[in-house]
Amino acid sequence: MALKDLFTKNQTKKKKYATIPTEAAKQDVPEGIMTKCPSCKKIMYTKELLKNHKVCLHCQHHFQMNAGERIESFIDEGSFEEINENMISKNPLQFPGYLEKLEKDRQKSKLNEAIVTGIGTVGGCKVVVAIMDASFRMGSMGSVVGEKITLAIEKADELSVPFIIFTASGGARMQEGAISLMQMAKTSVALKKFSNNGGLIISIMTHPTTGGVSASFASLGDYNFAEPEALIGFAGRRVIEQSIREKLPEDFQTAEFLLKHGQLDAIISRLDLAEKIANILEIHQPGGEITW
Amino acid sequence: MVGELEFERPLIELRKKIAELKEFTLNTDVDLSSEISKLEARLVKLEQDIYENIKPWDRVQIARHPNRPTTLDYISYLFEDFFECHGDRRFADDEAIVGGIAKFKGLPVTVIGHQRGKDTKENIRRNFGMPHPEGYRKAIRLMHQADKFKRPIICFIDTKGAYPGKAAEERGQSEAIAHNLFEMAGLKVPVICVVIGEGGSGGALGLGVGNRIYMLENSTYSVISPEGAAAILWKDAAQAKRAAETMRITAPDLKELGIIDEIIPEIKGGAHRDVKKQAEQIEHTLLATLKELLKLSPEELVEDRYNRFRTIGEFDFINEYAGVK
Repeated sequence: MALKDLFTKNQTKKKKYATIPTEAAKQDVPEGIMTKCPSCKKIMYTKELLKNHKVCLHCQHHFQMNAGERIESFIDEGSFEEINENMISKNPLQFPGYLEKLEKDRQKSKLNEAIVTGIGTVGGCKVVVAIMDASFRMGSMGSVVGEKITLAIEKADELSVPFIIFTASGGARMQEGAISLMQMAKTSVALKKFSNNGGLIISIMTHPTTGGVSASFASLGDYNFAEPEALIGFAGRRVIEQSIREKLPEDFQTAEFLLKHGQLDAIISRLDLAEKIANILEIHQPGGEITW
Repeated sequence: MVGELEFERPLIELRKKIAELKEFTLNTDVDLSSEISKLEARLVKLEQDIYENIKPWDRVQIARHPNRPTTLDYISYLFEDFFECHGDRRFADDEAIVGGIAKFKGLPVTVIGHQRGKDTKENIRRNFGMPHPEGYRKAIRLMHQADKFKRPIICFIDTKGAYPGKAAEERGQSEAIAHNLFEMAGLKVPVICVVIGEGGSGGALGLGVGNRIYMLENSTYSVISPEGAAAILWKDAAQAKRAAETMRITAPDLKELGIIDEIIPEIKGGAHRDVKKQAEQIEHTLLATLKELLKLSPEELVEDRYNRFRTIGEFDFINEYAGVK
């Protein structure tokens, strides 16, 4: 190579590399420095986005959160203590390929199942919290999800503290068949028992909350809340369009749609969530003496 | 015969042959009685083979048989003085669910069930047995009424699923079903559920939180229809037959999985062959179960139902875990 070649750009030989983001990177917040909002298309620093609870700095779009991020965003710092974290699914139907899929998701999400449960404080109030994580099997509910929720409810009952659930799920887990269907009943009977004992139930539906999850514990809060624009519904949009043979409105099955139809107490922005829930918890604290 | 099913075809052909031979002997002098008796013996064996090795998909066909007895059919055989009550007191009367008060061998009870139609006209009126939220709300209203007057509740489950429609979503299909699961958990009277046809997902479960859950031998109970499962799993609804096996939706499957308490036997070929006899089988089971459950106190009944569902699920534990933080 001649010395002069070092100073000239050899443009014919130089390869150009285009970065093609993977599917996961497109949906999730990429680990890069900058992040593009899928809603308003504006670009912002990822660090700032995370600091802003994964809410777009420009248009308030709520990015999906995993369980770890939710804990960091919602629970008082350092107060969270996970319970039943080692529970994993079996393959009761001997469903072909199920165990492999579970293992793959375990690697990918670093979670043992689609839900994290534990004890922590919110605004200083002790609560039991269950957080579904859609990055594991679409947050679908099988035996483990049902059992961990039930155990969490029972823990709240035992400690006489409120139970808060963040839902994010495509519904019942098909690979566990009717057993997963029965988890709807299991969690509901547990909530009824807790409720009869005076327990406070708060459900916060996040994107997406559908099928068997929306038709059980997600809808059974004393207070039912949702994050803005979250998809919430029983049947899938395409199934409905096929059955009624008409186009559905744009906002169909969004949190806003549900609020309008009387299904929610309120839609709460993630930026205010911890504070507003803390207020509700405070109102439900055993009362002190009224001095007037 | 009308409504014969695919897997029964060899039987039908053999029966036809026997009939032909019999006719032939009547009209001519040839004696074929030995052939006929041979064939009849074969028929018995074939019947045994077919009905004892009945495949999940065959059961799905029986469960969906157009002449399969419905809730109202069984009500007419099982109860006296059935009086139907309408409406959820909120919005409408959903005819995909029927309910009312009646007597079972003299004992006042509340009876509720999904209701399909028998023909196209009735099916449209009853929305093919696929309830809207008001159906579930009517059901729970009647259950609370039963609770107040200390009447046992009998639920017949027979639906493809809760209706997936725009209006259903607007009025809170999810909430209606969830509310039923929650409220049924607290009922202080015996609740007995019998799956008589198709038990389709949450729409079935909305009437399904009982102290005892029974299934007719050829009924199904599943989280998703075989067609739906096949479409999702193999992107091909035509694989429904395979899905019916993989998903384990038949009564024997669910008994084995510990989800239902007992299988109520069906007459050979399915309940539609003889409704009265089938009703007698159900009556047997109801009577025995009521005798057992009526001994329990209200609190014990609630606890019994809680335990019934609390124990469903299979899981394991491992030691490795990165943790959420």
